[in-house]
Amino acid sequence: MWYELSKEFIYGFIGLEGKLADAIHFFVYDTIKIWFLLLSIIFAVSFLRTWVNTEYVRAHLQGKSSFYGHVGASLFGIITPFCSCSAIPLFLGFIQARIPLGVTFSYLISAPMNNEIAIAMLFGIFGLKVTMIYIAFGLTVAILGGWIIGKLSMEKEILMEVKPIEGELEATLVKLTFKQRAKEAWDYSVDIFKKIYIYVMIGVGAGAWIHGYIPTDFIAQYTGEGNPFAVIIAVLMGIPMYSNAAGVMPLVEVLTSKGMLLGTALSFMMAVTALSLPEALILKKIISLKLIGLFFAIVGSGIITIGYLFNFIL
Amino acid sequence: MKIEVLGTGCSKCAQLEAVVKEAVAKSGKFAQIEKVEDITKIMEYQVISTPGLVIDGNVVSTGKLLSVDEVAQLIKEHSTTN
Repeated sequence: MWYELSKEFIYGFIGLEGKLADAIHFFVYDTIKIWFLLLSIIFAVSFLRTWVNTEYVRAHLQGKSSFYGHVGASLFGIITPFCSCSAIPLFLGFIQARIPLGVTFSYLISAPMNNEIAIAMLFGIFGLKVTMIYIAFGLTVAILGGWIIGKLSMEKEILMEVKPIEGELEATLVKLTFKQRAKEAWDYSVDIFKKIYIYVMIGVGAGAWIHGYIPTDFIAQYTGEGNPFAVIIAVLMGIPMYSNAAGVMPLVEVLTSKGMLLGTALSFMMAVTALSLPEALILKKIISLKLIGLFFAIVGSGIITIGYLFNFIL
Repeated sequence: MKIEVLGTGCSKCAQLEAVVKEAVAKSGKFAQIEKVEDITKIMEYQVISTPGLVIDGNVVSTGKLLSVDEVAQLIKEHSTTN
């Protein structure tokens, strides 16, 4: 409906024609669609989040079995917020509550990867199916990655001495009225929206330009079946782009429509969200380079495997 | 009254400190405001999502950048108990 409406507006009302009109239509249609979805999905996720904060997750995961721990930590990673700036208190806080190192990593992998901005962007651009695949594979990487790190007994690589808390933490859901929850979720959504709307515009704008002016062959040759290393290159390129997930994804859409394989695109997006340099630099203060390297290597190879697997199956 | 802002240096933590200062000034109460950046101290309060807000040793908010009005409300609630 919105597609036709925006088309009518550009071609009929303003009276543009040709390539420029196509590009402008694509830009207006995509930008507004993604803005709308971003606001709605971020609102929905942050509304759910008003019940569950990170402290709750910690108390909930305390003393659970390894299986429950890895799966639970990865699932909680979807709804709880994550900011690389609070990675240290989070990491130490989990260890302090005697949550195993591997389970802590399951959470640390899942939380940034399954963040609401990435999910909203994916949903807006690629639709429900790809979003579900992304989340399912994201959870798999988080569960297995955390499990492997747990198996390697890396506890000595934590550079700070953490005194465990005695006894059980009490897991209490946050108490607020319905109205307070709605207000909190709305304020948060608007706050995030203000920070990223411009990147959506830039991303979609660049995408619209590529859409109209870069030949398909060119993209297919470098990112499609013509390049066997595409997935690995995509993952390496994704690492420094964490803060720009909102701007990067519209570009990925255009690249896929022009011949980039979907597995390569998925790997790239996972690398953007899950492997972030700022997070690594922050974690370096409390864990050894060896463990950070291992964390990146395990998550990176997991993401690369998923990319190739996906390209192979589809 | 003693108000502590817990945070290891994220931008929201600095913003919360500014908000607290404004709220205290508005309330007209006397309060000592301290920014706690030492991770061991933050952990002692059992706070794992920053910024955290502590009034007279009680954690009243975690992981949120509150507004001036919200902080003012919290100050009011906690000063009546003294």
